[in-house]
Amino acid sequence: MFRWLVVAISLSAAASPVFAADPIEIGIGYLGRAGVKAKLSLVELPAENDGLAGARLAIDDNNTTGKFLNQRFTLEEVRLKDGEDIAKAAAALAERTGFIIADLPADELLKVADTLRDRGTLLLNAGAIDDRLREQDCRANVIHVAPTRSMLADALAQYLVWKQWKRWLFVVGSHDRDRLYADALRRAATRFGAKIVQERIFEDTGGARRTDSGVTLIQRQMPVFTQQAPAYDVLVAADESEVFASYLPYRTWDPRPVAGSAGLVPTSWHAAQDQWGAIQIQNRFAKLNSRHMTALDMQAWTAARMIGEAASRTNSGDQKAISDFLKGPDFSIAAFKGRRLTLRDWNLQLRQPILLVDGRMVVSVSPQEGFLHQVSELDTLGLDRPETKCRLQ
Amino acid sequence: MKEDGLHMWRRCLLSGMAAWLAAATPASAFIAYVSNEKSNTVSVIDTDSWTVTKTIKVGQRPRGIEFTRDGKFVFVAVGDDDSIQVIDVAKQEVVDSLPSGPDPELFALDADGKILYVANENDNTVTIIDVEKRARLGDIQVGVEPEGMAISPDGKILINTSETTNMAHFIDTATRQIVANVLVDARPRFAEFKRDNSEVWVSSEIGGTVSIIDPVKRVVTDKISFNIPGLRSEAIQPVGISMTKDGKTAFVALGPANRVAVVDATSHKVTKYLLVGQRVWHMAFTPDEKYLMVTNGVSNDVSVIDVAAQKVIKTIQVGELPWGITIAQP
Repeated sequence: MFRWLVVAISLSAAASPVFAADPIEIGIGYLGRAGVKAKLSLVELPAENDGLAGARLAIDDNNTTGKFLNQRFTLEEVRLKDGEDIAKAAAALAERTGFIIADLPADELLKVADTLRDRGTLLLNAGAIDDRLREQDCRANVIHVAPTRSMLADALAQYLVWKQWKRWLFVVGSHDRDRLYADALRRAATRFGAKIVQERIFEDTGGARRTDSGVTLIQRQMPVFTQQAPAYDVLVAADESEVFASYLPYRTWDPRPVAGSAGLVPTSWHAAQDQWGAIQIQNRFAKLNSRHMTALDMQAWTAARMIGEAASRTNSGDQKAISDFLKGPDFSIAAFKGRRLTLRDWNLQLRQPILLVDGRMVVSVSPQEGFLHQVSELDTLGLDRPETKCRLQ
Repeated sequence: MKEDGLHMWRRCLLSGMAAWLAAATPASAFIAYVSNEKSNTVSVIDTDSWTVTKTIKVGQRPRGIEFTRDGKFVFVAVGDDDSIQVIDVAKQEVVDSLPSGPDPELFALDADGKILYVANENDNTVTIIDVEKRARLGDIQVGVEPEGMAISPDGKILINTSETTNMAHFIDTATRQIVANVLVDARPRFAEFKRDNSEVWVSSEIGGTVSIIDPVKRVVTDKISFNIPGLRSEAIQPVGISMTKDGKTAFVALGPANRVAVVDATSHKVTKYLLVGQRVWHMAFTPDEKYLMVTNGVSNDVSVIDVAAQKVIKTIQVGELPWGITIAQP
């Protein structure tokens, strides 16, 4: 009787997903800056846990899978306040985790990458869209999950050209990152056959984003600012700093659509995206966080899922095995974009379709039909291999 | 070749005539039910005339669809209404519903037709339903986003695929416990057993492959890849699978590649690609296995494939975004 029991127990132990040994722990760090970014629209103000919430969902997803593989994923969050030393914080975090998801400005990301270079820590850039991080400033220990400005600009330009809105009135903000986005949009216009009929600078003279009588003033300013333009099809605005673009729709002198930083906006994700099974992740995210999922949330989710995917494919929690798999030819990830996402091996940028959204709906998804490429249509978005300045090291 | 074509044409004519002659005897006509994901309807197709004879209103977002074993009812999963509706075939209308978990998509009936296993995408569970009592018997925790469901020919094993966990979970139907987890390529969507229980095939939509699993050893023994000249590999997204009863030929729907692959089920080699409508999802044989009907999501139609000739012979317009299909056994 007893013997039978032993046999029965050992059989069920072999067959059941409950493992006798302790699970393999895979720690992932999340490094970001505290504080909320400025937005013109109150409904677009990001939550305190923007990005982090996506990583947390991915940890849950990884652990659901991990229980069948005896793997357990943990997330350690580090949010830095102004003035705190980023290199020090990164080094401390790297003591405990082999992978760090970073939501940092370009300069800080580079500092972290160089600090951790000899340690073997893998960084996953979820927040910075700067092209230079994938070009002249690329690093072999940084995988880029966030799309680049040039990918976003190309995604928008393909659609505008497909729509035959080829004459652009171009309005650019006066801050550095507005100019970077403008550069990407100018390049996209040339690349896909759009024409910038005139370029105007919207000078940021300071002032509050929220005032009691703001609307009256804006309604006078914007038509005046956009009058006497040459004939154009669409106004394209480069305003990453959130100073003016959201004031433009419905207020242009000529009745024209707005795109770029307002109106039709290119983004890696939106709460309205429901195609390709996306409704499932939207539901899971809302259930966990009681809010909508943003692009940054999705970028952080994808980053943490990539680690989970590599851990299950290699059946390993080893930092090097996981990093090698991610950078190798067999890696791909499903992220509710209708096709598998892979890494560009020359600069470790994740290839991805880009959504074009109007704030409430997904209008289209680029690459657009007809924009062909010899390797992957996704490489019609952003700087391609022959143009790259990246030498991974 | 020419001779063959002539023969086939004659056979088509003959079979057409036979069908016409047999029109008075309903035994040879089959009925297909197609779920239209966007229209919230089910199209009823007569396989004699290849026409839609009725469009039935159902709940929101109908996808998985199956006849009951006695052929009297059709179950259709209406995901956005969180239930499975029951269509009375004689009345051709929804008469009842079953208590599934949230967002049911695909399901499998056991051999007796008494127990229904439902994949609930939203809460990582497979729900077990007693069909007669209309009662929920329990849940099985599986991976993230369960989808594909298949029961082994001997009824002992239920396969569930989980789309974000990327596994085929082997569930013992007696104990309702997971007994094995087999890792497959990204986004596994559908599972199909060979009738002799020698293989189970699992399609991976984003991975672009079909994994062949040995159901005894529970390991992947082979993998089918698809290569269509002029198409990027990302566009090849296998979903539905059907196999002939003799286990010799399989058909795999390739989604936005707009093709159905014909596969030698013994050697696992692709022998042919048949051009069908846009975004082909799922498929079903007529009981005589003369025809295979496939749903084309984006072009809103159903393609009819002559199985012996391996040719598309007909396209039937249905509702918007047709997804699942089931055909009554005689």
